[in-house]
Amino acid sequence: MIHTRNLPFVTTLGIFVIAYALCVLQFPNMLSTRVIGNLLTDNAFLGIAAVGMTFVILSGGIDLSIGSVIAFTSVFVAVLVGSLGVHPLVAFAAVLVISTLFGSLMGAMIRYLGIPPFVVTLAGMFLARGAAYLISTESVPISHEMIDAIQGFYFRFPGGGRLTALAMLMLLVFIVGAFIAGRTRFGANVYAIGGSQQSAELMGVPVGSTTVGIYALSGFLSGLAGIAYTLYTSSGYSLATVGVELDAIAAVVIGGTLLTGGVGLVAGTFIGILIQGLIQTYIVFDGTLSSWWTKIVIGILLFVFIVLQRGIIWYSNRRLAEGRLKEI
Amino acid sequence: MSDKSSLLEARGIGKAFLGITALDAVDFTLERGEIHALLGENGAGKSTLIKILTGVYSRDHGTMRLEGAEVTPASVAEAQSLGIGTVYQEVNLLENLTVAENLFLGRQPRRFGLIDRGEMRRRSKALLQRYGLDIDVDALLSSYSVAVRQIVAIARAVDLSGKVLVLDEPTASLDAHEVEMLFSVLRRLREQGLGIIIITHFLNQVYAVADRVTVLRNGRLVGTRKLAELPRLELISMMLGRELQHITREHQAQEETVASTTEAPIRFSGYGKRGSVAPFDLDIRPGEVVGVAGLLGSGRTETAFLLFGIDRADSGTATVDNRQVAISSPEAAIANGFGFCPEERKADGIIGDFSVADNIALAVQARQGWAKPISSREKAALAESFLKSLDIRPADPNRQMKFLSGGNQQKAILARWLATEPRLLILDEPTRGIDIGAHAEILKMVEKLCADGMSLVVISSELEELTAIAHRVIVLSDRKHIAELKGEQVTADNIMQAIAAPARTEAA
Repeated sequence: MIHTRNLPFVTTLGIFVIAYALCVLQFPNMLSTRVIGNLLTDNAFLGIAAVGMTFVILSGGIDLSIGSVIAFTSVFVAVLVGSLGVHPLVAFAAVLVISTLFGSLMGAMIRYLGIPPFVVTLAGMFLARGAAYLISTESVPISHEMIDAIQGFYFRFPGGGRLTALAMLMLLVFIVGAFIAGRTRFGANVYAIGGSQQSAELMGVPVGSTTVGIYALSGFLSGLAGIAYTLYTSSGYSLATVGVELDAIAAVVIGGTLLTGGVGLVAGTFIGILIQGLIQTYIVFDGTLSSWWTKIVIGILLFVFIVLQRGIIWYSNRRLAEGRLKEI
Repeated sequence: MSDKSSLLEARGIGKAFLGITALDAVDFTLERGEIHALLGENGAGKSTLIKILTGVYSRDHGTMRLEGAEVTPASVAEAQSLGIGTVYQEVNLLENLTVAENLFLGRQPRRFGLIDRGEMRRRSKALLQRYGLDIDVDALLSSYSVAVRQIVAIARAVDLSGKVLVLDEPTASLDAHEVEMLFSVLRRLREQGLGIIIITHFLNQVYAVADRVTVLRNGRLVGTRKLAELPRLELISMMLGRELQHITREHQAQEETVASTTEAPIRFSGYGKRGSVAPFDLDIRPGEVVGVAGLLGSGRTETAFLLFGIDRADSGTATVDNRQVAISSPEAAIANGFGFCPEERKADGIIGDFSVADNIALAVQARQGWAKPISSREKAALAESFLKSLDIRPADPNRQMKFLSGGNQQKAILARWLATEPRLLILDEPTRGIDIGAHAEILKMVEKLCADGMSLVVISSELEELTAIAHRVIVLSDRKHIAELKGEQVTADNIMQAIAAPARTEAA
């Protein structure tokens, strides 16, 4: 029997399988390792960022700064490596430290100043975007033998598809993310805070350090997503990835995580990313549809999922009430 | 146990909030292997004492010893690690987690740094089996009944702390069978030598499970007694703070004038709501103060909610001026000329950020309908007249309500209803949490209003207050109207006798 807790995830998985089957019926070529490989590579940076967003939403928060942090990271790395000749590894380490600190700072403000996450991360969004503009308003190309090597590295699937380094990085992040969420005390504390911060506090959960940790993790993964994006586009551009945080939220919610927190799976977010990628791929295969159809379908899916979540909450409340009546 | 000291001993505990004393030199002693009930009306200081013992609040005065050693828990976690665990009435566990996750949150068994779910499942099963609970520990907590959750919470608290267990109103939402299940768990824990503090307002349960009782009243210790040697009537008098003595009423002449010969214009018959208050009859005449007495949880406030349409009655009829009316909402009640000052002033009564004038004008506005706003001049005039006539201080109609003292807030709420010129005004604990001066003023006002021909229903846990102002007193117990005292019968003694009455039939 499926626990109601996993119902949203199972639904998402079902929708993905059905949608993929329908796509393949129309375009048999979509069932190829090539398509899957590209899908993973194209959505790698979004997937990495969405893992961080999953933790934030599981704790009942929101992080609007992700897109801006990605843009900042990519410009920062591009300028360091492309213009100043810093070694990529040094540049990567530097931006990961900066983005993690940035996330921790937001987490600390949320926790210790009691400001809602929406407001704090909105400010973070403007701040990071502004900082990106400050570094450079133009697209900065990047070229380094190490970066070329990373870009050129891949495993070949049977059937001609490529599992690129970026795709592997994303898969690794998802696997580690799933372990952190499901098998560590930190992960358990995230679910606890998302369930009820007050109860979690009374049960001895270190709410402060966990909250800071959640936003630090989201900041770190945004930085990592920024690096992935830089590798993906071979450049840094301060106007890039506007609204990526909203795509990440969409992937998390479509993946079955409750926006109110406490319920959801990192694996669900992975399916959410795949569904978004699938829609884009379908549009490419069709060739006549406007790419804005992606947004429309995502919009419809979001509505469906939010209604579904409401329905589940309503249903389980009713069942609980009925159970109580029976007891009386 | 090697040492002879008590398990938990608190001496001279004092606590004040913003200069208002909540606890005054309270002593409390808990022995090993004892279930100790803590009783008192709302505001008596029970929860403050518990919060001090469990590390939520810090104490201002006094000492606290656990097994003879002085302790000062600064947080719930510290109290827990000292051995004092708490189970709160509602917010205690996380419904979005599984039973096992709830039991082991923050102390999950780990292998190679990762949570060992198999081990956690095994230990959870073993832990709950000791409480006679054989359930799927991987199911969400929310899929179980309140009673099971309560036991899971107790299991966690005992497993974490193991010396003292504090239960804050554990039975409030349980049925009789579940209560018995919970009590057998408590008795088993008592045998294991745990000290258990239980807060409840159900006297039957106190007698059923507890060994000793400590009664608080107005932040002071009334006494600690063995329940086996304490008659129920005496316990009630301890709680309501009234020595058993026959007092004669001072204004008997007055109520003779409100002869019950006149036909009552407001009548409720067979009025009730399942699970809230059993059906009752109530006639209310002009110029009459009907008191409502009973212990906390006896259905006092629920009666008020029914009369004012906040809860919908599912049986009986309401008649106003020989016309049957449906009081299905507060709006309908207001339309019939009713007014209501709720008990929880801060939560239900005032709108703190609104000005005093806005708060006063609220009910008048509601009666007029939102389409016809009251002009600011009318509002100012209204506020001005009441600030003067009720002596609300500071006399500034634009002051935000939250900055007024409790007594003045209460007067402003009264003003709100008086502005609608109601024929029936329901007051739930009108004098709680206000200073003595304002207390007397409000009582005086009640008498004046009633002399002017208004009908009042006054709910109060202060027996002296009721006997001083009420012409009739309805006594409630276990959500039933069990007695109606009239005229000379209205004495504190009689009220307590009436409250205690059901115990006798039970004991027999």
